[in-house]
Amino acid sequence: MGKGRFGIHGGQYVPETLMNAVNELEEAYEHFKNDPEFVAELDDLFKKYAGRPSLLYYAEKMTKDLGGAKIYLKREDLNHTGSHKINNVLGQVLLAKRMGKTRVIAETGAGQHGVATATAAALLGLECEIFMGKEDTERQALNVYRMELLGAKVHAVTSGTQTLKDAVNETMREWSKRVDDTLYVLGSVMGPHPFPTIVRDFQSVIGREVKEQILELEGRLPDAILACVGGGSNAMGSFYEFIDDKDVRLIGCEAAGHGVDTDKTAATMATGTLGIFHGMKSYFCQDEYGQIAPVYSISAGLDYPGVGPEHAYLKDIGRAEYVPVTDDEAVEAFEYLSRIEGIIPAIESSHAVAYAKKLAPAMSPDQIIVVTLSGRGDKDVAAIARYRGVQIYE
Amino acid sequence: MNRIEQVFANGKAFIPFITAGDPNLEITEQLVLELAAAGADLIELGIPFSDPIAEGPIIQEADIRALASGTTTDKIFDMVKRIREKSDVPLAFMTYMNPVFTYGTERFMKNCQEAGINAIIVPDVPFEEKEELAPYCKKYGITLISMIAPTSNDRIQMIAREAEGFIYVVSSMGVTGVRKEINTDVGKMVRLVKEVKDIPCAIGFGISSPEQAREMAGHADGVIVGSAIIKIIAEHGEDCIPHVVKFVRSIKEAIS
Repeated sequence: MGKGRFGIHGGQYVPETLMNAVNELEEAYEHFKNDPEFVAELDDLFKKYAGRPSLLYYAEKMTKDLGGAKIYLKREDLNHTGSHKINNVLGQVLLAKRMGKTRVIAETGAGQHGVATATAAALLGLECEIFMGKEDTERQALNVYRMELLGAKVHAVTSGTQTLKDAVNETMREWSKRVDDTLYVLGSVMGPHPFPTIVRDFQSVIGREVKEQILELEGRLPDAILACVGGGSNAMGSFYEFIDDKDVRLIGCEAAGHGVDTDKTAATMATGTLGIFHGMKSYFCQDEYGQIAPVYSISAGLDYPGVGPEHAYLKDIGRAEYVPVTDDEAVEAFEYLSRIEGIIPAIESSHAVAYAKKLAPAMSPDQIIVVTLSGRGDKDVAAIARYRGVQIYE
Repeated sequence: MNRIEQVFANGKAFIPFITAGDPNLEITEQLVLELAAAGADLIELGIPFSDPIAEGPIIQEADIRALASGTTTDKIFDMVKRIREKSDVPLAFMTYMNPVFTYGTERFMKNCQEAGINAIIVPDVPFEEKEELAPYCKKYGITLISMIAPTSNDRIQMIAREAEGFIYVVSSMGVTGVRKEINTDVGKMVRLVKEVKDIPCAIGFGISSPEQAREMAGHADGVIVGSAIIKIIAEHGEDCIPHVVKFVRSIKEAIS
């Protein structure tokens, strides 16, 4: 079996044209991750540019309202560019620069990863092109303009379902046209090896900070960590540091859309089956002939028919749990957190908030839940207004 | 001599590609027989996939048309069985790993053997992952075709050493499609292969005219033409057969 396995999952299922490119990336990453200068430069960018460490905030009103476990929010929404995506892109774009690349390309769904990549490319002086499903460019028009403002070129992808999976297809195709000067900055813990490992490592700063912060605040580890899962980068970043701490429940909240018993869902763990796609063996929403299913979620960032291979492995071995959360529940949580804590969470993160609302009351007040707020919800305000029948356009 | 070795036994081989089910399976069945009659030495049959990442827009759209016409892997196997009653032209499947894996790799290869498929090409399974397919291909006598690309460099000889049937030489960077010019030193790629193994090499990706086919055939043992044919199918739909036959005859003549 090839490299980069998590149990049976992962691997490197890419066309031969890309094999030397992924090998080159792996070699560079193995070198630079142990290079003190690289590590120090990334750490410096985290602190002085991205605003790390992010706060671990005690949501006291929410805790009291729900009347169960104590709830802490890991505030990745406070990072520069408004989400956890900046952690990974600073790492990967810095790596691209050290590899001598002059151009980065990336896919984006909601636009968060695209904006983050365009930001890092602007800062570090690399050319940047973003591939985004045409439907998403319309749903998230403001983010398209934001990326252009940051100097990136945005391509609207018109193939397939015109959403995130098609954006990934098109970015892979673009990379296979031009590998010499270009690095594909993948946005989640997915794709061919070494991406799932690289993205997890750069995102694992979330969990390391949580551990340090909760030990300082509470003198003990949390009982559960909750994060939303599409491809799964903020969840993997939150979970990784705690995998060996068996008493800490790791709970990934995936997008059920209209519900797991409907065809309007993106809940891969609940409804998917084992497959090989986008460079990896993992779980995918697909039909009996292996055709990838068109998935649906109100959240463009979770609207993906697969899940990262390390999550698939954590599910197989029973180390992490994955729960579906519907559009309705997520929107209700979006509004709830806005009112009760004065924090507008991304609709993606709202899936984790929604599950916390179910879980906390069933736990005792001496227990602790950490919810990763992967991003801020400003980008979603117009869409939520429309969901509630208020016709606001960006 | 097995069917794949036969392909290269009579001069330069001409290998057309069509997507099964584009515009529908009845036309595909007729096309295969007509292509064989027009001198195709091996026919590549694409099993359509929802997300073909190695394909350019022309074949992507063929996949969409094929899936929209209700094409499934089982229906393609049935069609191949019908073809085999009338023709012994060598046939290769070209598809992606997920349709094979989800169908069940062993069941897939067993059905290939029963239907009369001779080889399989799976572009998203590189050398490092070929164990996913190779044991089942071996068990059911299906030749697993290896690909080399312009970026393969030092990987070419590693791949060639373990290759069987023939080597698919990807002429250009990027995805399938018609190209005006092919600038890769394909001759060098073929020489690197032949240094370590006496195995036929067929060049594909971008070949769109008889002149290009002739030039590429000068570097190798055969040429693969896909998108240029699919373009004709897209243009003429169910009336495509005479147009496709005319075009493939011109290619076949150019390399003979």
